[in-house]
Amino acid sequence: MIQVENLTKYYGTTLGVKGLNFQVEQGEVLGFLGPNGAGKTTTMKMLTCYLPPTAGTAKVCGFDILDQSMEVRARIGYLPERNPLYSDMTVRGYLDFVARVKGVRQGARRAEIDRAIERCGLAAVSHRTIGKLSKGYQQRVGIAQAILHDPEILILDEPTLGLDPKQIIEIRQLIRDLGGEKTVILSSHILPEVSQVCNRVIIVNRGELVAVDTPDNLRSRLTTSAILRVTLRNDGGAAARGEAMLSKIDGVLMVKADPPGALIRSFTVECVNDRDLREEIARTLVAEKLPLLELYREELSLEDIFLQLVTEEVN
Amino acid sequence: MRKLAAIYRKELQYYFQSITAYVMIGLFLALSGYFFYSIFRYYNYLSYQAGRDPYLAGTLNLIEGVMRPLMGNVSVVLLFALPLLTMRLFAEEKKQGTFELLLTYPLSDAAVVMGKYLAALSVFALMLAGSLLYPLLLVIYSNPEPGPIVTSYIGLFLMGASFVAMGIFFSSITSNQIIAGAATFGVSLFFLIIGWAAPFVGSTFSKVLSQISILEHYDTFAKGIINLQDVTYYVFLTVFFLFMTLRSLESAHWRS
Repeated sequence: MIQVENLTKYYGTTLGVKGLNFQVEQGEVLGFLGPNGAGKTTTMKMLTCYLPPTAGTAKVCGFDILDQSMEVRARIGYLPERNPLYSDMTVRGYLDFVARVKGVRQGARRAEIDRAIERCGLAAVSHRTIGKLSKGYQQRVGIAQAILHDPEILILDEPTLGLDPKQIIEIRQLIRDLGGEKTVILSSHILPEVSQVCNRVIIVNRGELVAVDTPDNLRSRLTTSAILRVTLRNDGGAAARGEAMLSKIDGVLMVKADPPGALIRSFTVECVNDRDLREEIARTLVAEKLPLLELYREELSLEDIFLQLVTEEVN
Repeated sequence: MRKLAAIYRKELQYYFQSITAYVMIGLFLALSGYFFYSIFRYYNYLSYQAGRDPYLAGTLNLIEGVMRPLMGNVSVVLLFALPLLTMRLFAEEKKQGTFELLLTYPLSDAAVVMGKYLAALSVFALMLAGSLLYPLLLVIYSNPEPGPIVTSYIGLFLMGASFVAMGIFFSSITSNQIIAGAATFGVSLFFLIIGWAAPFVGSTFSKVLSQISILEHYDTFAKGIINLQDVTYYVFLTVFFLFMTLRSLESAHWRS
């Protein structure tokens, strides 16, 4: 659906993005992840034909973003970063305007607007003025205008920015639903969002591509050792004995004790990745009659992956 | 064309739903009505005088005595009113961020510019049409020459059309409505009075200045003459500023 080749943008001498290469397949939900100022918005502005690239190009549905801009624009629904809307229009009036500008035929217009209103759950507010709606509803209006002419591709720049937690969940659900039928690119700096909604993640930092993969693959690629968390009840020197026991087990690389609590003591146990040591640790500790309260394996979160990749880049 | 109409429709809706158009048209008609009233009263006074002075009576006529001064004053009112009408056209979209979204929709920059221009021009045309009441009163109660009235309206429309084009251009280069309005007002006023310096600057340059002046070109319309040269002047001014607006939109793609 989208092929990005060596896409580069300089603002004067300031780097926007440099040498981006990636592809997006049909029906995929692609997450664009990076710290603020990494080049997410710049890339989206280029894909939507608002900004021309300094070098390189991209093809959307086979059309070049520079030479066949109208063809590209007709196939993309775009929600810009701050969700700009005409605040003095009504929801329906605004969608009617957008439908006309996007060239939806007269006969199909009403049905198309109704579909978008229904899809985004706007039926209750369709005759209200946009400026008087809550932020969550305004965001839905933004998404409604993006899906209005039934584009094959949706580009959503920070779609959940500034919403309350309930609204965020609703908008995410809406994006997930749209994901099945449309190709979606969404940018975010909220990591759980990306891992929940997206099939594939692109991480950019300082204008350069750091990684492209599924959230799961990124996780396993970067996991060199397994991290276990062990918690013991701390009575009668159990913690000290436990620590000694743990470090003697074969495969354990390092044991680090948390600051002691009044009653419990936790340890972070780093061990080799290719073997699951949970069973052995549990058996050893119980055999020694140590009061084991908790034992679990810690998954590397997307936050960790992200930080790891971004710091690697800096170093 | 269909998309141009969509832009046109939206802008016109804005003018009339936000009561901007009613306020503008209302104020314009009130002011020009007052001008008509006071000019006509003065003409009335002169015609009493003319009863005793056959020489004065020979020089009096409605076109020279009422229509010309009225249209001169109306053009000054337009100078104030039209920048207020045009200043928001692009500046507001830029401020709200809707400008970016508009430029990513599948429609040409020319459709955006022309849609907005024609909407503002329509409101202006409505203003001007309202003021036709005054010459209509003259026609009902007296018999002025119709030719110069028609030509002076054509001239005023062309002049206003170039002010609107100027306004839309200044609106397209800033996100601040005040700056857009002030720049339009300043530049159009400058074009209006630039001819004043003509008598003092030597023959060649004087000719250049009076050719640039908006007022100079209006004068022939007021006398009842449609001169191709004057029509060309206003059309050129309009096309020039519309073209500059298009360029400015294009540059938004490259800069921002």
